[in-house]
Amino acid sequence: MSTVFIPAVLRPNVGGVKSLEVGGESIRGVVDTLVEQHPALRTQLLTDDGDLNRFVNVYVNGQDVRYLAGLDTPVAPTDEVRLLPAMAGG
Amino acid sequence: MPKSYADLLREARAQIDEVTPQEVAALPPGAATLVDVREASEWEQGFIPGAQHISKSYIEQQIEGAAPDRDAPVILYCAGGVRSLFAAQTLADMGYNNVKSMSSGFQGWKSAGLDFETPVVLSAEQKQRYSRHLLIPEVGSAGQAKLLASKALLIGAGGLGSPAALYLAAAGVGTIGLVDFDVVDLSNLQRQIVHTTDRIGERKVESARIAINALNPDVNVVVHEEMLVAANVERLIAGYDVILDGTDTFETRYILNDAAVAAGIPVIHASVFRFEGQLTTFIPYEGPCYRCLYPTPPPPELAPGCSVAGVLGVVPGIFGLLQTNEALKVLLGIGTTLAGRLVLFDALETEFTELQLRRDPNCPVCSDAAVEARKAGRPLATAGVGEDAPFLMTTTGLSGNVSPEARA
Repeated sequence: MSTVFIPAVLRPNVGGVKSLEVGGESIRGVVDTLVEQHPALRTQLLTDDGDLNRFVNVYVNGQDVRYLAGLDTPVAPTDEVRLLPAMAGG
Repeated sequence: MPKSYADLLREARAQIDEVTPQEVAALPPGAATLVDVREASEWEQGFIPGAQHISKSYIEQQIEGAAPDRDAPVILYCAGGVRSLFAAQTLADMGYNNVKSMSSGFQGWKSAGLDFETPVVLSAEQKQRYSRHLLIPEVGSAGQAKLLASKALLIGAGGLGSPAALYLAAAGVGTIGLVDFDVVDLSNLQRQIVHTTDRIGERKVESARIAINALNPDVNVVVHEEMLVAANVERLIAGYDVILDGTDTFETRYILNDAAVAAGIPVIHASVFRFEGQLTTFIPYEGPCYRCLYPTPPPPELAPGCSVAGVLGVVPGIFGLLQTNEALKVLLGIGTTLAGRLVLFDALETEFTELQLRRDPNCPVCSDAAVEARKAGRPLATAGVGEDAPFLMTTTGLSGNVSPEARA
């Protein structure tokens, strides 16, 4: 199980928790498990075609998966996955 | 047995090796730490380029900051070559084993027709006001002079802009530009500390100008009471050395990014939401830009502004100060900026997290192809950016009728 950190703006969709332990061997697996367990996240994270939305960045251990292997980036059980939507407030 | 001055001088000459001004001038840059041990009033009349100033009376206290490695070569000079000999003896006592004194001093340097620099001289009042900066070797009077000649632009005189405006002013950043079209509202005062209760209803730029000049009358405040839009962004940012992005809409952030990249001006970016914030420094072409980080803005339900979602007042305070720290480093040319790194802060957990950012090789604004296209007068379209977003953005302006403040 990898630890997925949920940003404040998405927490209402996952019962208000800050992080979740989610199984999956790749980012795709983790995201699929996540949206299965919390269907409200689906439209926030994925496009209709099942790709990651371009306004949500996903990091594995501090590295943007866009520059790794995208959804196919492998995830080990000890990895930290972080979902990061842009915020505008100032 | 008492010693005369002549005895002491003879002993110093016997102990310390001397070098001539010509020999010092011939050294490659960085070959030795060159320290001017004269009084400040003499330093102000001119000094050898590359030298650091530590008065002989402070040499014991400050040399380890200027020359941490006792085995590295250190050359001292004074006006005529005597004080530097005695100061070099002190350093030898402290374990500096490669310290030399320049014979004939700065007078000899000038007589030999060698180049020298004249520092910017701070007024007596400035020396007192900025004394804590002047004591830091990384700032010093040269750094302070740089700050006084610098221009910083704040986009937004709100939650992020308030602490930034005050601390930039306190630091003596000579010109502070303010862009804001809003007026002070009672609900701003929970975090926007540049404003005051008795200025509710006043224009924010004017209220901030009063606060800045009350703190530091040295600062020239340039007020722009207008919303930053594609049509005015180039004019607004022109001539500034650094920009602090403290706006609260995506439109403004993208418009600012695109123009700042084109103009080559660093943007210190921060945004806040409730207990959280994000911070990075965008240095054009050295690190990623805002579009590399976030190619498209999120839909409004994923990105409510402070007026909808709320924010703990100290969070923009903390981030405004972190932005100011970045801005001061950029202006002084010291330290390591956050270029290529995004810092997240969670105030509830008191937790900082750092993420690595990269330049997008296909970025429509800062990639090599984008630069070439801009040079050719055909900037790459950023259309498509708005396809999965609720509003469309182009490089030339906003389409759609919803004003940014309506969504803030």
